[in-house]
Amino acid sequence: MPCAESLRVQAYFDAEVDAVSAADIERHVEHCTECRALLRDLEQVRTALRHDSAYLRTPPALRARIMQALDEETAAIPAAALPQGGSSPRGWRPRSFWAGAFGGACGTALAASLGFFLLAPRLGSPLLDELVNAHVRSLMPAHLIDVVSTDRHTVKPWFAEHADVSPVVADFEAQGYRLIGGRADYLDRQRSAVVVYQHGAHVINVFSWAGTGRPLPPDTIRNGYRFVFWRSGNLEYCAVSDTGRDELQGLVRLLQDLAARG
Amino acid sequence: MDEKRARFEAQVLPHLDAAYRFARWLSHAPGDADDVVQEAVLRAFRGFDGLRGSDAKAWLLAIVKNCHSTALKQRQRRAFVPLPEEDDAHDGHAMTAATPDPENDTIRRDEQRMLERLIAALPDEHRTVLMLREIEEMDYRQIALVTNVPIGTVMSRLARSRAALKARWLREAEGATRAVR
Repeated sequence: MPCAESLRVQAYFDAEVDAVSAADIERHVEHCTECRALLRDLEQVRTALRHDSAYLRTPPALRARIMQALDEETAAIPAAALPQGGSSPRGWRPRSFWAGAFGGACGTALAASLGFFLLAPRLGSPLLDELVNAHVRSLMPAHLIDVVSTDRHTVKPWFAEHADVSPVVADFEAQGYRLIGGRADYLDRQRSAVVVYQHGAHVINVFSWAGTGRPLPPDTIRNGYRFVFWRSGNLEYCAVSDTGRDELQGLVRLLQDLAARG
Repeated sequence: MDEKRARFEAQVLPHLDAAYRFARWLSHAPGDADDVVQEAVLRAFRGFDGLRGSDAKAWLLAIVKNCHSTALKQRQRRAFVPLPEEDDAHDGHAMTAATPDPENDTIRRDEQRMLERLIAALPDEHRTVLMLREIEEMDYRQIALVTNVPIGTVMSRLARSRAALKARWLREAEGATRAVR
């Protein structure tokens, strides 16, 4: 028979109560064996579930299919041809006419400015398109790694034979970025070197190629993947992953620091 | 690529994995989940203008849930409903991680399959709130938005699904020990 406080204890466990109620519930739990056991169970179920299920990700083939469907959708209805307001699909929650009208006006201004910043570099970046394709292809079965190794002394010489450039290679396992191997990809008309890292359940591809001096594309998100570009010496780099921004920047900083130290 | 598409990719697509996981837990067959996710993303894109500064993840998952219900109704109309038990075996198998995890040994995979089987056996509405809370780490308010039920119902469903999972898990563990002996 569960204690009458069990729902409140659960809310406490889920961090859904304020500090005063939390103190109150903690006092109750001290005296109630039932609720102490409940807290232990909740923790146990959570640990097991998070351990097991959080790693399930969208298969690359499905992601590609979805991006293609979006392409077709975008091509079929050019945004400019859609009438504003009235006939737009039903929204998340009803909006008043004025909210809609105001939002529309601001939206247009925002769209104009955003469009300028987002569109300009996108249109003129075949390099970014190539990187998107290379990253997605690498996630197909058995395409990720040509040389499997967690040892930079194996990966680095392999690049000397199979790629046109020799990027910085290091294992950052202590910082959470495990070196798992390398690969050569044909990119921007050269054999680029790709160093592959694993961060938690995420794969991070670090592409590198001989710099051409033209401006690099700005950091961006494409097809749900994040792209961070930088230049170091005479090489240009791009780190790609579906991790969060901070996680990806973490690896970029480590690589930049390493290059700076020579 | 136009401006709407760019904003959509930046705000909504980072939640694609969450949408996929959610669809997998809702559907009994992996192929169904693929179609549901694709349909949901397209619907989300068409209705994207309606999303104003609110929670993109809860919004996308609510659409996934609606798409799943629609697909389910269509299948039922076609009078062919696969029994969940039939699909569980290969469903559980396909549920394993997509990225290589060298630490995964056979024992852990067995445990994982057992847990997945137990989760799959929960009633749909219980499994849904449990996955939204524990895997997607949503708060009660977000879960209420996605599932379209009051917060009180979210709380009682969560409590029941957690208790049921724990009880079944214990029973399985006991069964396993007895089988060894």
